[in-house]
Amino acid sequence: MADRYTELINTPIGKTIAKQIGLPAPVVLERFDPNRPVIDGPVLFGGAPGATLGGPVAATLAHIGAETYTPLQEELRSAAAAAGLDAKIFNAETAGAEQTFKALVFDASGITDSTQLVELHRFFSPTIRRIRSCGRVIVLGLTPELVSHPRQRVAQRALEGFVRSVAKEVKKGASANLVYLTPGVDARLESTLRFLLSPRSAYVSGQVIRIGSSANAEEPDWSAPLAGKVALVTGAARGIGKAMAEVLARDGAHVVVLDVPQAAEALATVAADLGGSDLAVDITSEDAPKLIADHLLEHHGGVDVFVHNAGITRDKTLARMDEERWQLVLAINTSAIEAINAELVERQAFRANGRIVCVSSIAGIAGNFGQTNYGTSKAAVIGIVNAYAEEAAGLGITINAVAPGFIETQMTAAIPITIREAGRRMNSMSQGGLPVDVAETVAWLASPGSDGVNNNIVRVCGQSLLGA
Amino acid sequence: MNSSVRRVAILGGMRIPFARQDGPYAKASNQDMLTTTLDALVSRYGLEGEALGEVVGGAVLKHSRDFNLVRESVLGTKLSPATSAMDVQQACGTGLEAAIVVANKIALGQIDSGIACGVDTTSDAPIGVNEDLRALLLDANRAKTNQQRVALLTRLRPHMLLPEIPRNVEPRTGLSMGDHTAITAREWGITRQAQDELAVDSHHHLAAAYERGFQDDLVTPYLGLERDQNLRPDSSLEKLARLKPAFGGPEGTMTAGNSTPLSDGASAVLMASEEWAAAHGLEPLAFFVDAQTAAVDHVHAREGLLLAPAYAVPKLIDRHGLALGDFDQYEIHEAFAAQVLATLRAWEDPVFCKERLGRDAPLGAIERAKLNPNGGSLGAGHPFGATGGRLIGALAKSLHEKGAGTRGLISVCAAGGEGVTAILEGA
Repeated sequence: MADRYTELINTPIGKTIAKQIGLPAPVVLERFDPNRPVIDGPVLFGGAPGATLGGPVAATLAHIGAETYTPLQEELRSAAAAAGLDAKIFNAETAGAEQTFKALVFDASGITDSTQLVELHRFFSPTIRRIRSCGRVIVLGLTPELVSHPRQRVAQRALEGFVRSVAKEVKKGASANLVYLTPGVDARLESTLRFLLSPRSAYVSGQVIRIGSSANAEEPDWSAPLAGKVALVTGAARGIGKAMAEVLARDGAHVVVLDVPQAAEALATVAADLGGSDLAVDITSEDAPKLIADHLLEHHGGVDVFVHNAGITRDKTLARMDEERWQLVLAINTSAIEAINAELVERQAFRANGRIVCVSSIAGIAGNFGQTNYGTSKAAVIGIVNAYAEEAAGLGITINAVAPGFIETQMTAAIPITIREAGRRMNSMSQGGLPVDVAETVAWLASPGSDGVNNNIVRVCGQSLLGA
Repeated sequence: MNSSVRRVAILGGMRIPFARQDGPYAKASNQDMLTTTLDALVSRYGLEGEALGEVVGGAVLKHSRDFNLVRESVLGTKLSPATSAMDVQQACGTGLEAAIVVANKIALGQIDSGIACGVDTTSDAPIGVNEDLRALLLDANRAKTNQQRVALLTRLRPHMLLPEIPRNVEPRTGLSMGDHTAITAREWGITRQAQDELAVDSHHHLAAAYERGFQDDLVTPYLGLERDQNLRPDSSLEKLARLKPAFGGPEGTMTAGNSTPLSDGASAVLMASEEWAAAHGLEPLAFFVDAQTAAVDHVHAREGLLLAPAYAVPKLIDRHGLALGDFDQYEIHEAFAAQVLATLRAWEDPVFCKERLGRDAPLGAIERAKLNPNGGSLGAGHPFGATGGRLIGALAKSLHEKGAGTRGLISVCAAGGEGVTAILEGA
């Protein structure tokens, strides 16, 4: 479901015109299709000398059956052999121009000082143009704050600037993301790598994902990672929340959809369509946390995934904004999350390996004109994630947030066209995202295999220029 | 039945210098070259009038009239006419396979002595009658009446006058050996520079071998040629760098300089039991220890056409509890520099060794100084059937120089995705 401009620009004549006069040329992004492989094309897996993450990367590539190439580096070849990955050899010096890749994966964990950052140039400079449409660049490094040696920390920190810049260069709907792992920890990478390699991460680019240690070893059935799980999504009667419910259900979860009583009818339809159940509650009401906890415990014996999606805007410039607008936005977007989380934890409603996924916003990061209330509430969501991550980890659950950028919904359709077009195009993909893009990101964070991903704010914004 | 296995001694090798296609040997037939070579071996080792156990050999490009090429050649030599002979053929593996046959017969006591030989001419090549014309002529032969014969004449078409010329093409892929190897070179990331370096080494090593007299008793002059015509002692990276790609398209890394040229020549190796050698006052140079063949699926599995030796060698060395590094000399036939380099790389590659060979660890690298130290096919040229004999003769002599118990490995790739390998031990 591309926007009109994207459709137009992808016609033969549109392409010509766009090229001639230098218009942005968004490609129609590939989206998840259960009948396609995780990644539909060859993967080039490289690494800096001394790279340490070859094992888990090669294992994932072997599991997903990716046609993999590696440069002629002993460490990479050995890692591939150990993982049973039948990797072919890539030598930029001898490879023909027709050799292209769907993904470039680079293990930068071996870079220990800034002089070695040249390894990024050596690997990517001859290969960056070989990336196919909707391709992927994934760089793996070590979480800088957890690296003890200063020069190594500097070098690892530098990866962020590289990846964000590459993300702006790749074009053609391709993305670039950085994954930081905790040094010395056998992190579980597979869930995150699968997400980033696949079309599920269509609108996620220029992001930094931090993976810590894993609390458990639950190995998902990758075709239905949420099978047997119970997920609750607030604000699920329509829009992005509905898309989240659909994707979570598609991934195997029993989904409890929640929305305000006024939306009960639409909510019931969503629940029926997904084979889930519905719960009509105003989350700002005083007894809402208790009602929700009661429902989950009585009907499902608890919850595995709780998605705090419900949110509203009540835009006005600050001087003109009355207190009611302020309070309503804060109550729904922020305070309700705190109250519900507290109740669920208190009642021990989260089952083992549970997940809390919040929904922040670009506005919470970059701020937005006329949205002092909204920006505050969404920055607060980031605060919630940061503040409770450690406690959550202690309980064996994770808490993360997605921060959508410009997503094509009824809400954004109501924005005046000039502002709307600016929002749509001012990102590396030159287009708005779809609700499903946010939903896929939520489903990745919700996956039982993502237990190492905690305290992350992942933007689903096509690398928006705002707040970057 | 004989249940004991005897050691098989290699007593000496002989060859004529290898010539380039349409060079000095342009009008020499396979039989001419082979007879000359056998006779040179006979003279060198005093075998005049001797009835040997068997002479086994072959040619790859063969006229149909040469159905008994080796026997006919033997009859033209000073060997006793009571020496039996037979033809074998396995593309570029022909010469080494001939030696395996002789060695096995000696080992089992079926014969006491024998010659393994091979020859090829790409100049005096067999040209066949057009397939359609051939069918027509055979029909005419079967026709019973003149009326039928006339009717057949009306089927004659101009295109039938085009002859069938032998082509260096794999029947099942339609690709030439060079095209196949260009794919392999790319798959293994073999650079032009690395290939040219190997080619230069091949020329320099062969030239040095001639200079120090190593070839004196291995090569007999023929038709005015004293050294291999292809040999360029002044070969250099700069010169090779100027050549245009011959295979693999404009970006290809393979040139006429790092691929073997089509060539003409013959070789022969005298083999015997130790008793026979002693009785004839001949000193063994080396022993033929063992051999192993392998084949790859270059058609459906798209494996490298010339990478079969990469599979054969591990089987061979495992059988003797040897590691790849346990050899004092490696004679790897240089069909193309890329083929040698890809084979070496395959043995070093953890993925190939695990996925294709089922080994936990790679076979490892070999010491490059021990690879083809007296030159290889890139320098000498490669008359298909004659290369095996060249390798055995030169390696046996070299191992003898190095001393008793030294080990040598021979590896030859062949059309059809085949490979032949063998171990020699210095005597």
